[in-house]
Amino acid sequence: MGFALALERQGIPTVPVSTHVFARLAKATALAEGMPTARNVFVPQPVVGRSPAELRAYIDGVDPILKRPFMQGVIEGLTRPLGADDFKDASFERNIPRLLEPDTEDNLQQLFIRNSWTDFLPIILPTEERVDRMLKGTKHARDKIVGRLQPTAYRESWEFDVEKVAVNAVMAGARPEYLPVILAMAASGISARSSSTNSFATISLVNGPIRNEIGMNSGIGALGPYNHANATLGRAYGLFSQNLQGGSVPGDTYLGTFGNFLNYSACFPEAEERSPWAPFHVDEGFRANESTVSIFFGGWYTQSGYGPRATWKEKFIRCLTADHFSPPLIVMDPLVARGFAALGFTKRSLIEWCAENAQLSARDYWDDQWVSTLHRPLGVAGIEPFASRLKAAPDQWVNLFTPDDIKIVVTGGETQAAFKMFAGRLQKPSPGNFLGGTAINVIDEWR
Amino acid sequence: MGDKITVHDPRGYPPKVVGKRLANRLESLDGKVVYLIDCLFENSDNFMVQLKEWFAEHLPSVSTRIIKPRECWIDDPDMRATIAAQGNAAIIGVGL
Repeated sequence: MGFALALERQGIPTVPVSTHVFARLAKATALAEGMPTARNVFVPQPVVGRSPAELRAYIDGVDPILKRPFMQGVIEGLTRPLGADDFKDASFERNIPRLLEPDTEDNLQQLFIRNSWTDFLPIILPTEERVDRMLKGTKHARDKIVGRLQPTAYRESWEFDVEKVAVNAVMAGARPEYLPVILAMAASGISARSSSTNSFATISLVNGPIRNEIGMNSGIGALGPYNHANATLGRAYGLFSQNLQGGSVPGDTYLGTFGNFLNYSACFPEAEERSPWAPFHVDEGFRANESTVSIFFGGWYTQSGYGPRATWKEKFIRCLTADHFSPPLIVMDPLVARGFAALGFTKRSLIEWCAENAQLSARDYWDDQWVSTLHRPLGVAGIEPFASRLKAAPDQWVNLFTPDDIKIVVTGGETQAAFKMFAGRLQKPSPGNFLGGTAINVIDEWR
Repeated sequence: MGDKITVHDPRGYPPKVVGKRLANRLESLDGKVVYLIDCLFENSDNFMVQLKEWFAEHLPSVSTRIIKPRECWIDDPDMRATIAAQGNAAIIGVGL
C-alpha cells in the first residue's frame, strides 16, 4: 500500500491488490495516508501455495470484497475519473482528550474493554491520583515526549509523553519504582504489539542494579507469573504499546493469525550473580553498574532441552535449525551455563559454535515463506550473507545465523539443568530489519 | 449507582492526517504502459505473470511490464522513478 500511495503522489494512477482478509487494514492505511479513496481491489486469501491456474481463477473471478469482477475493479481503478468523493474528508485531526468524561468505575471498566484499551484481564483504572503517584517514579516532566510507536513499519506512528506511559503503567498494576524501566521500554520505539501476520511478541530482559532495587525474580519461575515486577513490567509494555501506537485490534491494527501467549507479559531479569559469564548488557558494551532493558523481537517458537548432556551437540543443532528465520535467544538455567563453562566454553565461544553448526541445505533454507519474502530480495541485491546463501547449490549447507545474531542469557532457579531457545532477534539496524527502534535502552536515563 | 470518577485517556497522540490528491486517472488503457509490481510476497511473482497473461489475452493494446522493488516492505525510489518515467499506470500486489 505504501508503494501505491507514493506512486499516486508521483502522478501514476495505481491499483493495490490485497487479499480479502486485509480489506479493513487497507482502508485504514489509506485513510491515515490521506488518500481514503485509494482504488484497492481484492482477491481471496491465500495467494501463497496457489497454482498458476488457481491464481488465474482469482483474476478471472469476483472480487470478494467489492462483489464485482476483479478485473473490472482493476481497470476502473486506473481509468474512472476522480470525483468529489476523492477530495472529501481526506484531511482531519484526531484529538485525544487528556481525561475521559467522569463515570462510575463499572462503566469505565466496560468502556476500556469496549474500546480495546485492555488485554481483557482486569485493569487498574488510571485515576488522576494514581497517575500522579506513578509519575513520582521519574524526575522527568509529565509532558516530556518519550517517543513514537507504530504497529508495523508501513503504519502511521503515534507520539506519546511521560504521562501517557504512566497511565498505562497504572493500568498494568505497576508500581512507581518500575516506571523508569517502563519508560525505557517505551523509548525503544519497538512495539510489543506488532501487527505482523507472524504473531510476533517481544521478550524483555532487565540487567543491572535495578533488578534488585525493584525486587525482580531471576530465580525459580523467573519466566512465569511469580513476581510482581516481572509480571507487571511485561504487561505494561503490552498495554502501552497497543494504546500509544493507535491500537491493536484484530483485523484493523493486528493481523497475527494466532496471537501469542507471550503478548500478555514477557519480561525477566538476568541472574547475573549466579552466571559464570559476564552479564548480557556488559557483553553489549554497557557498564555493569548501568541498568538496561533489552528487547528481543520474535517469540514465535520455543525449543527446550537439558544439559549439557553427552549428546548436547545433536540436541542443540536440532533446536537451532528448527526455524529458518528468527535467531535464538538462548535462556540457560545457571546449572547449564556452569556446565558449559566447565566444558571450557566462554559465552562467545559457545555462540560461535552455535553459529557454525546451525546449518540447513540451501534447498531447505529457502523453502520458507518468510525467508523467501524477506531474505531472497537481499540475496538478489548482493547483500551478504544472503547473497552467498542464494548462490549455494541446493544440497550445499548454509549457515542460518551469524554469531552476532545469537544471544545467551542466564536465569532460573537451579531446580533443573534446563535451557530454552526462544525466537528472539535483538533489533539492530541491519539488512532485512525494517522495524527500526533501539534494542538496548538505558533505564537510568529515565529515573 | 457508584460515585463518578475521572480517569485518563490511555491513548497516544495521532498525527494530523493531511489529504493528498490521487493521480489523475487515464482516459483509456489503450496504448499505455502498465507496470505490474511484484511486491515480493511469496507467489506474488506468479500472480503478476498471470495478470500479464490476462492483459495479453483481453487487452493486447496495453503494454505490461513486471517490476520488483529492491526489498519487501521498504520503499524503492529508484523503482518508482522508473515507473514514473516509463509508465502510465501501475498495479501492485499481492500484499498489504
